[in-house]
Amino acid sequence: MWDALQLEFMRNALAAGLLVSLICGVLGTLVVVNRIVFISGGIAHAAYGGIGLALYFGVSPALGATLFSVVISMVMGVASVKSKERADTVIGVMWALGMALGIIFTELTPGYNVDLMSYLFGSILSVPGSDIWYMLCLNLLVFLFAFFFYKELVAMSYDEEFSFVVGIPVRALYFALLGLISLSVVMIIRVVGLILVIALLTIPPFIAGKYTGSLGKMMVLASLLGMAFTLAGLWVSYQLNLASGATIILVAGVGFFLSLGIDAVAARWKRAVRG
Amino acid sequence: MEQALSQNAEPLTSEPYALEVEGLCFSYEKTEVLKDVSFRLKQGEFLGIIGPNGGGKTTLVKLMLGLLRPDRGTIKVLGMEPNAASRRVGYVPQSMDLSRSFPISVIEVAFMGRLSRARIGKRYTREDEEKVRQVLEKVGMWQHRDKLIGKLSGGQKQRVFIARALATDPEILFLDEPTASVDPEFQVNLYDILEELNKRVTIVVITHDIGVVSSYMKSIACVNKHFIFHEGSHITQEMIDMAYQCPVDLIAHGLPHRVLPTHEET
Repeated sequence: MWDALQLEFMRNALAAGLLVSLICGVLGTLVVVNRIVFISGGIAHAAYGGIGLALYFGVSPALGATLFSVVISMVMGVASVKSKERADTVIGVMWALGMALGIIFTELTPGYNVDLMSYLFGSILSVPGSDIWYMLCLNLLVFLFAFFFYKELVAMSYDEEFSFVVGIPVRALYFALLGLISLSVVMIIRVVGLILVIALLTIPPFIAGKYTGSLGKMMVLASLLGMAFTLAGLWVSYQLNLASGATIILVAGVGFFLSLGIDAVAARWKRAVRG
Repeated sequence: MEQALSQNAEPLTSEPYALEVEGLCFSYEKTEVLKDVSFRLKQGEFLGIIGPNGGGKTTLVKLMLGLLRPDRGTIKVLGMEPNAASRRVGYVPQSMDLSRSFPISVIEVAFMGRLSRARIGKRYTREDEEKVRQVLEKVGMWQHRDKLIGKLSGGQKQRVFIARALATDPEILFLDEPTASVDPEFQVNLYDILEELNKRVTIVVITHDIGVVSSYMKSIACVNKHFIFHEGSHITQEMIDMAYQCPVDLIAHGLPHRVLPTHEET
């Protein structure tokens, strides 16, 4: 591993992986407890439409994806607020439409053969230094948001109606959260790909939620777990020469089932002791 | 009866009504839930709302809290728009099906009652801590303050939600079936707490327990799309008929046991 760190792209990969884990620990916790995993998945997929449009019109794909996903997240947010029953349908439609737009427009772009695989699995081994700085800024933004509005976020996530009644601007907080998710999702996709976005947003917070007693602790543990998965995944992929993004997902998946297994054993042991 | 209410409803002082509802209509999609509801409630009242399931009780309370917007009509809470009155209103919601796995402790839930728009981003003060301790002690949950809320029984949870509502220091307190899942002992205890609180606070309770209504409440309303209001803690035959749509004997269970007086409406 140490000789691997001599390589700049490996150092960047490591930094990117850690930053992504941190942001996913914090945002993922809010995504999981607010049950907006589906919206987050929708944003992540629909963002591909932004990339396609940006390529076609000759804008930077990162910028295109960012703007597009922010707009999409707001529309999905409005749908989920306006009609709770129809929300998942609307999100599903936009999810598919965004993807389709992306594919059509990249195809229409002359001479450009975009690699859909890199969108799916990311390219953590080719993260440029400038992206690391962008990620650092985004991390800072997310931390400030979570820190400054911590009490309100806890209240909103736990009991939205009560929070509304005492005067917390739950709508504004919700849309701010969706905006941050869309910004982060675009960034994370560049690094670890579309598929890993959902994995890192959900698996570490899910495991962390079972062993922590507050949202803050859940965020910290989820971040640490995410880092462990990313580090282990990178190491395994380097050793066995496997695709890094997919390997990280597999490691996280193993962690997920391991935690379920541990719970099952603990429950049985508890029962055995009692009975 | 509604006329009788509005005739003697002129306040003696300029103090605004706790609640002032005028011509309120509300529907979900195409289902009409509330139709032409009008009433005024003075401050210091203790109002019990009864009615059949799906009759619109919870909807009415949510409208008064500003959680829902009326299709027609106006609502004034302490003379203000419901949303403007937010900091002066406490609320104990009905559904306790909030996520069981949510990592939050009893004391954190109680602290939620101290939040407000004006205090976003600020830390809790010594005063907040004192208030939270006081309300948790009042409902007998202080010793469980560090437990996860998801690990509590339904009744214990309900106590915490009552504590949370008390922590808001409300001028009006709304409770939606607060005794639905609590043990009978705490039920009596709760109404004693509310009775004492009622010296300073206007209270509106949705309940199924008619016995409790008659022994603690100052006035009663029945909601079943329409709204019947009755100052004084008698349940009228009209209410019972509307609530249950079949003749029901006016017998109260609960403590103290008593049979309600026959109350013929003219």
